[in-house]
Amino acid sequence: MGTIQESEERAPVKRDKRLGERVHDVVQTRAFLLAAIAVVLLLLLVLAQLQGVSAERLLSLAAWGMMLGGIIGLGSIGLTLVYGVLKFPNFSHGALVTLGAYFTFAFLAWLPQGEPLSPLSFGWEFPVALLLSMPLVGLVAMVVDRAVYRRLRNQHAHLVLFAMASLAMAFFLRSIIYIAWGPDFHFYYPGRPNPALTLPLNIRVRADQLFILALALVLMLGVYALLERTRIGKAMRATADNPELAQVRGINTERVIAWTWLLGGALAAAGGTMYGLSSQLRPEMGFWLLLPMFAATIMGGIGNPYGALAGALIIGVAHQVSTAFLDPTYGPAVAFVLMVIVLLVRPQGLFGRGGG
Amino acid sequence: MPPLILVKGLLLIIPATLLLLLVLPARRWRLPVAIVAGVVLAFSLTTSLPSGILAYTVSFATMGCVYALLTLGLNIQWGYTGHLNFGVAGFFAIGAFTSALMTVEAPTGIAAQYTQMAFGLGLPFLVGVAAAALVSAVVAFLVAVPVLRLRMDFLAIATIGVAEIIRLIFQNERWLANGPQPLRGIPQPLHCVVETQGCAWLPQWVTAVLDPLSPRDYPLFYLVIISLFVAGAYLLIERACRSPWGRMLRAIRDEEASAAMNGKHITYVRIQSFVVGAVIMGIAGALYAHYVVTIDYSHFHALFATFLVWVMLMLGGSGNNRGAIIGGFIVWGVWSGTAFLANAIEPLLALIADDLPRRAAYFRWLLVALLLAAIVLFRPQGLIREEKLVSRYLRK
Repeated sequence: MGTIQESEERAPVKRDKRLGERVHDVVQTRAFLLAAIAVVLLLLLVLAQLQGVSAERLLSLAAWGMMLGGIIGLGSIGLTLVYGVLKFPNFSHGALVTLGAYFTFAFLAWLPQGEPLSPLSFGWEFPVALLLSMPLVGLVAMVVDRAVYRRLRNQHAHLVLFAMASLAMAFFLRSIIYIAWGPDFHFYYPGRPNPALTLPLNIRVRADQLFILALALVLMLGVYALLERTRIGKAMRATADNPELAQVRGINTERVIAWTWLLGGALAAAGGTMYGLSSQLRPEMGFWLLLPMFAATIMGGIGNPYGALAGALIIGVAHQVSTAFLDPTYGPAVAFVLMVIVLLVRPQGLFGRGGG
Repeated sequence: MPPLILVKGLLLIIPATLLLLLVLPARRWRLPVAIVAGVVLAFSLTTSLPSGILAYTVSFATMGCVYALLTLGLNIQWGYTGHLNFGVAGFFAIGAFTSALMTVEAPTGIAAQYTQMAFGLGLPFLVGVAAAALVSAVVAFLVAVPVLRLRMDFLAIATIGVAEIIRLIFQNERWLANGPQPLRGIPQPLHCVVETQGCAWLPQWVTAVLDPLSPRDYPLFYLVIISLFVAGAYLLIERACRSPWGRMLRAIRDEEASAAMNGKHITYVRIQSFVVGAVIMGIAGALYAHYVVTIDYSHFHALFATFLVWVMLMLGGSGNNRGAIIGGFIVWGVWSGTAFLANAIEPLLALIADDLPRRAAYFRWLLVALLLAAIVLFRPQGLIREEKLVSRYLRK
C-alpha cells in the first residue's frame, strides 16, 4: 500500500507462454496503461488543435485541470479509503461533497463578512467556514455509518447490499439538501469580481483557483502525514490492505472505520466547498463529480489514496482540455472513457498489485 | 347501460383479469375465478367511478405497467444474476428515444426549424418497439463486455456513468432528438380505433362496437395494449427463469466457483442476462414514449427511472417475477399517493419557513430513500421471497 509493488515472478512452472498470453501480459503492464492514458491526452490535444485552440489557452486549461484534479482528488481520497476499508463503492460520497459545499454556504451566512483579501474574492470568514464545515460533514458520514452500514456489517450482509444502502443514502442526503436549500443555484459571493491573473507563459488563472490548488496541496500533505506518521493512519492503511490481518494484529476495526468516515467526509467537504467556489452551488454538483471520483479511484487502484490523487489529476486535466472543443457538461463522459480504458487494460489500476 | 360505459367495461376486462391472475394464488381455480372476478371488477369500476377518477386510475395503471416492465427487466439482472445495474434510466431513455425516432415522421418545412432530429422514419409502432429492444441490447452489450469480466461492483459504477452520459447526450445534442427541447408527436398505436371513421382494416362489426369511443378514451385502449405487453414479458421471463437457463443464472449468482466447475462460462452468461434485462427496459422505454407522446431528457432522471425501480424490486422481492410486478405497483402507488401527502403538509411547512412549501415535493424523495434503506436493513428478501425450487419436475 502506498509504495509501488515490485514486480514479482509469479510463474514458477516452466512452460512457454502462448502468443496470446504474452500479449495479455504486455497489455496488463503499468507502462502500457500509462501509454494508453497518454494517447488519450494526446488525442484530446490534437482534437483541440484541429479546432484552432491556441497553445496558450490549452496551457491555461491544463492549469485549471490541475485545480479540478485537486478537487476531484480530495473527494476521491475519502472514496478510495472507504472502498479499501469497507470494500464497497460508496455512492453517497457525491452527496457528502454537496453537503460540505452547502454547510460552508450556511456558515458564511452566519459569520460576519470581512473585507475581501485582494486578489482573492473572499475574506477571512471563508476559510473559517470551511474549517467548520469539514468536521461537520465528517460527523454526518460517521452518523450515517452508525445508522446504516454498521447494522449491515453486524448482519454480515452481502456487499451489494452495502452499495444499495449507499445509493439510498445518496438520495436521502440529496433530498435533505433540496429541502434545506432548494433547487436553485447559489454563489458564495454573488457578483463579486475575481479577475484573472496572468502568470508566466501567459497562463491566465484566477487567484481563487490558485488558492484552491494550494489548499488542495496542503490538505494532501496533511493526509500524507496522517496516513504515514500517525498510529490511526497506519491502522487505516493496514485495514484497507487486509482487514482480517489487521484485526488479528489487534487493530480496532470499528475505530478505524469511524476515523475513515470522518477523514473521508471532511475531505469531501473541502472538495465540495472548493468546487462551489470555482463555479456555483447546485444540489446535483456532487452527483456530477461522482463519476470522475470513481474513475480516479479505480485508476489509482482501490484503497490507494496517492493513486487516487494521481488519477484525479489526470482526469481533471483531460476534462478541462476536452472543454476546448466539447460541451463542458460532458466532463463525466471523459472521465468515463478513461475509466473504461483502465478497466480494459489493467483493472487493478495504476498502482494496484500484479503485473509489471 | 350506456354504450360508452359498456365498451369501456369490455376493454377493462383484459387488464382487470390479468391483475387478478397476478394476485391470486396459483391454484386450479385461478383462471376461471380471475375471469369472472375480472368481468365483475371491470364493470363495477366503469359504472361506479366518475369518468375523471376512472381516467386517473387508467393513467395510474398504465404508468404502473411501465414500471412493472422496468422492474421485470431489473429482476433478471439483479434478482437472478446479482448485477448491480444503477443505470436503469439509461436503457429506459434509449428505448424511448429509439422508438420515437423510428416512428415519428421527420418534420418538413417550417416545423423542421423547431424540431430537429437525426431521422424520423415514420415506421409502425411494433417496428419502433423492436428497434428499441435492439438498440438497448447493443448498448448493454457494449457496457457489459469490458465490465462484467471484472468485479461485480464495477458494473454499478459503470452503469451509473452510462446512464448519466446517455442523459447528457439527449440533453445536449439538438441534431439527434431535438436537444433540450421535447420531442413531440410520437404516434400512438391503433389510434384509429378511437377516431370517428374507425380503422379501415378492421371488420365492420368491430368498428361498430368500438364506435362510442372518442379520442379522449384512448388511454384506456393503451392500457389494454401495455398490460398485454407486461403479461407477455412476465410469461416469457417466468418461463426462461424456470428453464435450465434460469437455474444456471442463479447458480452463477450464488456459487460462482461451482458453476464454473460445472462448465458454465461465467462471463458469457452474465453478459447474456444483462442484455436480456436491458432489452426489457428498452421495451418499457418505447411503451412509455408512445404513451406520453412527448418526451425529453428530464423524464429520464436517475430518481424516477433508476432509484424508484430499485425500491420497487427490493420491496416486491428480488428473484421473484410476481413480486417484482406487485412491488412496482405498490411503490408507484406510494409515490403517487405521497403527491397528495405533499400537498397536505404544505400549510404545516409554511409555519416553519416561508419557502419550505415549494419544496414539499422533496419530502417524497426522503420518504422513498428511507423506505429503500429500511428494506435493505430489515427485509432484504422483499415481500415475496424467491422460490427455492423452480423446476416443474421436482415436487415441493
